[in-house]
Amino acid sequence: MQIYLPIAEVSVNAFLLLGIGGIVGFLSGLFGVGGGFLITPLLFFIGIPPAIAVATGANQVVASSISGVLAQLKRKAVDLKMGIVLLAGGLGGSAIGVWVFARLTAAGQVDLLVQLSYVFFLGFIGLTMLIESTRALMRSKTAGGPVRRAHTHNWVHGLPLKMKFRASGLYISVLPPLGVGALVGFLAAIMGVGGGFIMVPAMIYLLGMPTKVVIGTSLFQIIFVTAFTTVMHAVTANTVDMMLAILLILGGVVGAQFGAMAGSRLRAEQLRILLSLLVIAVAGKIGLDLLLRPAELYTLTPGLLP
Amino acid sequence: MIRLALVAVLALWPALVGAKEGIVAGLSESRVSITADFDGSEILIYGAVKREEPIPEGPPLHVIITVEGPSTALTVRKKERRFGIWVNTEAVQIGRAPSFYAVATTGPLHEILSETENLRHKITIPRAIRAVGISDQARDAPGFVEALQRVRTREGLYRMDERTVRLTESTLFRTDVQLPANLTEGDYRVRIFLTRGGAVVNALERRINVRKEGLERFLFNLSREQPLVYGLLSLLIAVAAGYGASTMFRLVKR
Repeated sequence: MQIYLPIAEVSVNAFLLLGIGGIVGFLSGLFGVGGGFLITPLLFFIGIPPAIAVATGANQVVASSISGVLAQLKRKAVDLKMGIVLLAGGLGGSAIGVWVFARLTAAGQVDLLVQLSYVFFLGFIGLTMLIESTRALMRSKTAGGPVRRAHTHNWVHGLPLKMKFRASGLYISVLPPLGVGALVGFLAAIMGVGGGFIMVPAMIYLLGMPTKVVIGTSLFQIIFVTAFTTVMHAVTANTVDMMLAILLILGGVVGAQFGAMAGSRLRAEQLRILLSLLVIAVAGKIGLDLLLRPAELYTLTPGLLP
Repeated sequence: MIRLALVAVLALWPALVGAKEGIVAGLSESRVSITADFDGSEILIYGAVKREEPIPEGPPLHVIITVEGPSTALTVRKKERRFGIWVNTEAVQIGRAPSFYAVATTGPLHEILSETENLRHKITIPRAIRAVGISDQARDAPGFVEALQRVRTREGLYRMDERTVRLTESTLFRTDVQLPANLTEGDYRVRIFLTRGGAVVNALERRINVRKEGLERFLFNLSREQPLVYGLLSLLIAVAAGYGASTMFRLVKR
């Protein structure tokens, strides 16, 4: 069944969109990430204009994060205070990101920025996570290995403006969470992602938060950052396609629930290895597109240069 | 004064002579609605050649039909290898290019239409694209215009269908023009040309109104006129769907 998208002005198969939403939702439920880093490239691939894919992707992440955070709230696995600090940084980063996105769209380099961000961030995070979780898995197999401390003290703990985060059991400066939040907000705006794949490792390794509150807290703040990004894109560039969003969301929220069920049967290290492999695969695919000669060297964009 | 009148008559002479063969034409649809399930549309264009006299001697009659979508300005960008990766480098701005353009004819276009007439009526695809003053924008500016045609042809937006107009007894003609699913809205101009020996003897213009309807219309208008409301509505849907799904699954699991 073909469906005409009013803002994107293209006609696509409705079941294809439901399917994409469903698969991405399943993975996001499984790994506790928004899934934006998958949905935006997939939308590029089926011919949705990049600007619309990015903005609508953000809208879809709102839905899947809400679905996820409600489950986490039940388990009391959300550090609301930390979430709010991250959010404050996130909104600032997002506003800058939307502005940069609009400027680069005008300069014709937005595709490059989006692609480079994907390759760089996904590649880096994927590799780090793969190495770390493989080590963790090895360690758990060899019984009697060195016991790892809950968190180690590093330079992050020497910064001023300290604050207590009870749910995470932390007493640290607000500057690192603000910075992490801002970076993620910026990426959310230019990549159409929630930034969970950066937020989660940053919370664990940089802020030293306990793993049990990480996913819930990251989802909590992603809701607000992507919600803000969606509205900003809708207002500044009219690039949110509601019809597209609805189909992706319908597939996504259902998929997310099945993913969460499947996730409870796998071990944390195994999950992280799978997620890292997926992240590396996406980064590799986008990287290849940049390196290989494209089939068509020319692209058309409506409108004149400003 | 007399000289002026004479000039006017001389100028009008070809038109007066040409009017010996008039066109009567119809379209199967003068209005195309883009609804949610829009998947392209086929327009039948038909008509007849009206004459007061018998079919004139000389070169045979040919029919050329063009369908042209609303024109917009465009920027064509070219990728080049820089620092090992492919990035956009040069750009050429095209003043006006139709969003859709189809040409259907009764015979090979270069035989039935002279270059001067093509220039005057802007019939072929390269003539329909207005790209003036582009030569100083890039090293190989014409290559960008060719790329524009190539990309749009591949997307089914520019079509050159020679010999797809059926002409019976030099009088009745008909053709089908396929409008693709990725259509933009606006007025689509249908032009019908009669040619003899490469010269246009008469022409007629009709319009097809392509519009988004129903939900498509509503969403498009809302996104342009009330972007904030539209953005918040998109959010509301996302929130409701996320909440709804998790509540529903909790109930199912119980």
